[in-house]
Amino acid sequence: MIYSLCFLLILIGLYGVLTRQNIIKIVISLLVIEYGIHLFLVLQGYRTGGTPPIVDSSIDKQLWLQQSVDPLPQALVLTSIVIGLGVLALMVALSMRIHERYGTFDIGKIKKLKG
Amino acid sequence: MNNLVPLLVAIPLGVGFLIPLAVRWKPQMAELLSNLALFGLVLLSLSLIGNQTIYHMGGWPTPNGIDLRIDDLSTLMLLTINGLALIVGIYSVVAMQPYTSQHRYYSLLMFLVAGTNGVALTGDLFNLYVFMEITAIASYALVAFSGEDESFEASLKYVVLGGLSSSVILIGISLLYAVTGTLNMTHLASRMSEVGETAPVKFALALFFCGFGLKAALVPFHTWLPDAYPAAPAPISALLSGVVSKVIGVYVLARLLFNVFGINDDMLLLMRWMGGITMVAGGLLAVGQWDIKRLFAYSSISQVGLIVLALGFGTTWGVVGALYHLVNHATFKPLLFLCSGQIETAAGTRDLRQMRGLGRRLPITAGTCMVGSLALAGIPPLNGFWSKLIIVVVGIQTDHTAWAVTVVVMSIVALAYQLKVQQRAFYGTADAPMEKQLPVSESPVLISIPMIVLAIGCIALSLLALSGLEHPLLVGPAADVLMRGVWKP
Amino acid sequence: MSSPQETHGMSMIVKTVCVWVKGFILLYGIHIILYGHLTPGGGFAGGVIAAAAFVLVMLAEGEDAALKTYSRKAASTWDSLGVLLFWLMAVLGVVVAGIYFFNFWTTSESARLTLFSGGIIPLCNVGIGLKVCSSLYLVTFVLTAHRWHLDTEGKDDAP
Repeated sequence: MIYSLCFLLILIGLYGVLTRQNIIKIVISLLVIEYGIHLFLVLQGYRTGGTPPIVDSSIDKQLWLQQSVDPLPQALVLTSIVIGLGVLALMVALSMRIHERYGTFDIGKIKKLKG
Repeated sequence: MNNLVPLLVAIPLGVGFLIPLAVRWKPQMAELLSNLALFGLVLLSLSLIGNQTIYHMGGWPTPNGIDLRIDDLSTLMLLTINGLALIVGIYSVVAMQPYTSQHRYYSLLMFLVAGTNGVALTGDLFNLYVFMEITAIASYALVAFSGEDESFEASLKYVVLGGLSSSVILIGISLLYAVTGTLNMTHLASRMSEVGETAPVKFALALFFCGFGLKAALVPFHTWLPDAYPAAPAPISALLSGVVSKVIGVYVLARLLFNVFGINDDMLLLMRWMGGITMVAGGLLAVGQWDIKRLFAYSSISQVGLIVLALGFGTTWGVVGALYHLVNHATFKPLLFLCSGQIETAAGTRDLRQMRGLGRRLPITAGTCMVGSLALAGIPPLNGFWSKLIIVVVGIQTDHTAWAVTVVVMSIVALAYQLKVQQRAFYGTADAPMEKQLPVSESPVLISIPMIVLAIGCIALSLLALSGLEHPLLVGPAADVLMRGVWKP
Repeated sequence: MSSPQETHGMSMIVKTVCVWVKGFILLYGIHIILYGHLTPGGGFAGGVIAAAAFVLVMLAEGEDAALKTYSRKAASTWDSLGVLLFWLMAVLGVVVAGIYFFNFWTTSESARLTLFSGGIIPLCNVGIGLKVCSSLYLVTFVLTAHRWHLDTEGKDDAP
């Protein structure tokens, strides 16, 4: 059930990328898509009634193995967030340069390349 | 020797981050370090030929850790990537002189090479995603490098579409993780046979086709390419078209479909149709172009479609033809892009309608470009002919005669647009002299040598066919790797 | 023309708070980096928080003060050095123990789960933390506060 909410978030982002005319709104919609995917991935590791995957010297290892949530998707999502950050920085820099050259953020007017 | 395998990724990454420090000492260190590193990488990939290992990173056993798989297919890919990167690196030494902040270019080039090497080597699905993103981000920045208006627009288009495709691939990866609980490709292959073709697996497969199809620029996901390739500097267009779009698109798709998922007839049908439509659309759209690099970009789309079509035939000889054409394309298409860089420097424009008779002033460029064009069109005895011959014969053998005929027709169309470039740029009659006669003579040595090496490569690769069309020297074992089917633990 | 905020920062209240708070933010970031093998966080998250300290200085006190705290050249150097530290750890794995990225620094049994355990992981975290902090600071700086002078027109890339 909660996975369909993740997909709803992804679809909202996709709607934004497809229909918005402003570059900044397209960038933000791409981010929304990424948030939805990260949420979906983290939820894969969830175990009902689970504990955080942190080990202390006072925790019994076997019990911890049976009860903790899966830490692997969390590591994957951390990596993916950083990748998203890199792409975001690049997109923002490009949008700023385009605004400098073309004078607008509207993608309908940025059409020097055709064919 | 096995311990040196991760160096294929470690050396370019280290050099890429060393360059900003090193150029404070001496500005020429950027070119020197990168070319040395690329030369070392070529030697390293040559030493890996015939090696078949699984290298566990950090000592962690499968399935707990990330492993690197070296088999004949990845060796073939690595040779292509590193060889082409070295040639592009040498070409860039002179070609990038007019640009500012060259050391950033070399850093980005190193990251691009590190990323593609990583994609070719890895045996873990998320590691594949990370290296693919490294490659993609480096190429987004490199496409925008020349600082003209069109490069920013093209790069923005590329970033948005590429980001969308990466997101789609990540959804596919998370679905696979949800269903099978593992990310290691070997373990995934065995779990896939247990899980079967359930709905999430089919959805993930469809998402992979869309995502990697966009990276490979298959129709209908090709729209970023005709803007991105002309906007990039010439050596980067060469590297992107020759290697990157194939490794992070076609190679990954082939690896996942043949070795992890297990190929079946539906997938082959989809590959044939996507590849075939791409081939036809790319070729027909290329004929009407007046911008040299845009024409070559559409031609790249068409050739990649041909490779995917050949993969879709499904027999060993079909895969041989596809891989052989992949290597051939990685030889003659970068040659054409490098020549187009020279043409642009000499004529001051990329528009074919404004060029005449450059052949007299640029004999080496004209000669090598002619070799490349004939190879692309599939004229015997150059290398393009042999790979296209294999593909056509396989098409007839597997009862897909219509596709075989289409391949032949599109080869004739390819000949047409290549000759258009040749005639317009190099051999036009000088009755209407060019508006901008830039006083340039033949290219400096460091530019001519890479082009000549690639031209010789075209001829040398055709000799590969002499080692037996059924099972050529390096390509045959690589095709066997794919056709051996799903990986067993 | 640059707005007053770019060169002189924000109002007096914000500047006073910034003087007190920036040290704590940086310290918190360093804590998350160093304890990355025991608690959630590690190099990335800690680096982001440490970068936030420098970005706070930039927002509150203006571009010149930020450059005096952490100049562009220093940030670029630490950026490369951070990655080279991480790279060194990975390659040392080959040199010392024959496997790339091998955790060659074993800890005694009694010292498990304390600060000086976990082998090469804390050093890798430090490397990544340095890199992320410097990169984010540079990116935010270049994209927001920096005034591009007309004669230094260069290619725009995000470090």
